This record gives sequence, C-alpha cells and structure tokens, in this order.
Amino acid sequence: MASLDDLKKRIVSVKSTQKITKAMKMVAAAKLKRAQDSAEKGRPYSEKMNNIILNLSEGISDKENAPKLLSGTGKEQTYLCVVLTSDRGLCGGFNANIIKKAKSYFARLSREGKELKIITVGSKGNDQLKRTYGDKIIENISFKNSKNANYFDAEKVGKLIIEKFEKEEFDICTIFYNQFKNVITQIPQSQQIIPLNTKENKEMSAEDNYEFEPDEDEILTNLLPKNISTQIFKAMLENSASEQGARMSAMDNATRNAGEMVDKLTIEYNRSRQAAITKELIEIISGAESL
Amino acid sequence: MSEEFKIEIVNPEKSFLLKEDVTEVIVPAFEGEMGILRDHISIISFLKPGIITINSKSGEEKFYVEDGIVEFKNNNLSILTSTIFNLKEIKKDKIQDLIKDAEETLNKPSINDQSKFLIDQKIEVLRTLN
Repeated sequence: MASLDDLKKRIVSVKSTQKITKAMKMVAAAKLKRAQDSAEKGRPYSEKMNNIILNLSEGISDKENAPKLLSGTGKEQTYLCVVLTSDRGLCGGFNANIIKKAKSYFARLSREGKELKIITVGSKGNDQLKRTYGDKIIENISFKNSKNANYFDAEKVGKLIIEKFEKEEFDICTIFYNQFKNVITQIPQSQQIIPLNTKENKEMSAEDNYEFEPDEDEILTNLLPKNISTQIFKAMLENSASEQGARMSAMDNATRNAGEMVDKLTIEYNRSRQAAITKELIEIISGAESL
Repeated sequence: MSEEFKIEIVNPEKSFLLKEDVTEVIVPAFEGEMGILRDHISIISFLKPGIITINSKSGEEKFYVEDGIVEFKNNNLSILTSTIFNLKEIKKDKIQDLIKDAEETLNKPSINDQSKFLIDQKIEVLRTLN
C-alpha cells in the first residue's frame, strides 16, 4: 500500500490537473460562443452562393461545354481529398472522427483502384494520416497563426485546389470536416466540391427566369472558383465550432473524472491514516499490558 | 405605389448590410455601371472593383467593393462580396496600402489578362478615392 506521503502527493497532482482541465473547459466555452456566432453569420453567404449557382446551372444552355468545375473532367480516376482538422489536440474524438471517416473513404477508393491524393489542413490530421498515407499527402496546410477561421485562409486553400484542377492533377475533389450539431454531437461530413453536385438539392432551385450579364457561361466560370473557397470557408467555420464544442465536452468529462479520482484517493488516504493510528494504539496498549 | 426595395449585402463573415427602404442602387457591374430601381427584371451579374451607391430615405451611402455577385429577384437585391468597405469608415492609409498591394500583384509575371484588367480597375478606383 502506498504510504501516506505518496497519497498526499497524488491528490495534489490530480487536483492541479483538474484545475487545468477546468480552465480549458471555460476557455473552450467562451471560444465556442464566438465560433458558433461566426458559423451562423457565415451561413447566408454560402447559402445564397449555392442558390445562385443552382439557378445558373439550371439555366445553362450548352451543357457539354459547361465549365469543368461544374461538369467534371469526364474521368473518375484521380481523387483529391481535403481533410480539415484542428491544429490543437485535447479535443476528444474530434480529429479522430474525421480521420476515421476519411480513412474508410480512402480504403474504398483503393479497393476500386482509384488514385488518391490528399491535402491536409491542420497539423493534427497530418500527424495521424502520414503514418499510413504519407506518400499520398501532396500538401499540408496549417493556419496555426490565424486566431479564427477567416476567409482569406479559405481562399488560399481554394486557389490551391483550383490551380491543381487546372493542371489536371485530379478529377474529383472531396472535403472532410465536422459539422457542428450541438456541443456534444459533431457529425463528420464528406462533401464533394468538384464537380459540383447539383442534383442533391434539386428541390431548392426555383423556376426563375434570370437575365444574365454577361452570359451564363462567363458568370459561372467566375463564380465556381469563388464557390469552392466559400464551401471551404463554411467547412472551416463548422470545424472550428465543432472543435471548441468537442474540447468543451472532453474537458468537462476530464474535470469530472479528476473529481472522482480525488474523492477515491481521499478515502484511501483517510483509511490508511486511521489504520496507522490504530496500529500505534495497539502497540502502546499491548506494551502497557505486558508490564 | 412605393418605390422602395430591399437590399442585403453579405460577406463571408457576416451579413454586412440590410436595408428595406432603398430607392436606387448603382453597382459597378462587370460590363459597366448599372442602376437598379424597383421592379427591375430578375438579373444575375458580377462586379468589378468599384463603388456601390445606395440611395435610401436616410440619404446616400457609398461602399467600395473589390468583387462580388449581384442577384436581383422579386425586389430583393442580394450582393455577395468578399471585400467591402464603407467609404466613410475607410482610412486614407488603408487605401494607400491597397494600392500598393495591387501594384505589387500587377508586377508579377504570372498574371493573366483578366486579372490584370481587374487590378487596373481597382487601382483606378482607389486613386479617385484618395
């Protein structure tokens, strides 16, 4: 059995860990509020963008010569996967969930004999993927220096993807991120951004007759690259809200577990203190009796 | 009949401006300035760098935009843009910075004709602000 001194030391150490997790929980809660706000504020932009593109793609006259970002390259051989993760750890299953989702997708691709390329955004994803898919990772981007998700970072990623697409380095692009549902639940998502999936949200498109200036094709060519950045930005916002939510609940659990541990250790400490006292008393009494 | 319509300007971070009582909006559309009044036909167009002028009951407001998309439908005007400043709030040295940045990009060898045209536009507009 551990000595009294050891127990005391352990209790103190668990207590100080608990203080840290508690503080981290508070910080995450404060950040979550902000991240959630900006995720909500960012929604109108991406929704409007989506609507306009849907309307445009409905009205496009010449389907065969439609921009490649919309119609695809006609092949389905090389897949580019953009995995968005956080730069910091200690956020429960947040990163692991995205990676799991991505890995099962990768496995399916390799079964089907497709070629795979990976871009990781955020260092944690890179850390976890480089062991198995190290040779597939073509780019690793990290925004450790930016405090919040901002549009310019998203634009950088978007431009990089489009550049690669124009060089015909891949045919299909999918992004992986966590969608924020609530503090406890984050849903890992995969979303195909190139070619754009317009069939999914068919019921949303209205039958409007728009006038276009300049013509549809030109607007689409200009709009689609922007849409890529917008989608990535949306994913980044969702991700940062999810990250804080996941961290908050992880730290909440950690604080509770630490509390339980302190209770257990305190009982053990008191028991062994009592045992030592009893032992001493027995020694004194039996010593007195023998006289 | 009222001559007002609704305008919403959205940038990626938030809804930038929402007004219900606008009478006329002039936007720097790609093929030239375009004035929009109530009951305009549904239109989608995109912007080049320039000034958006909004006339409403409360007076005239001007904004500088770098790019964006305009959608007008059922007397709702939506403008999506990534860079927008209210001219009243923008500072002189900020404009200088923007001009400097633009000139630097202009000197890059990799630039294509279309973006060169856009940046030329941008510099021109910014200079008139100064």
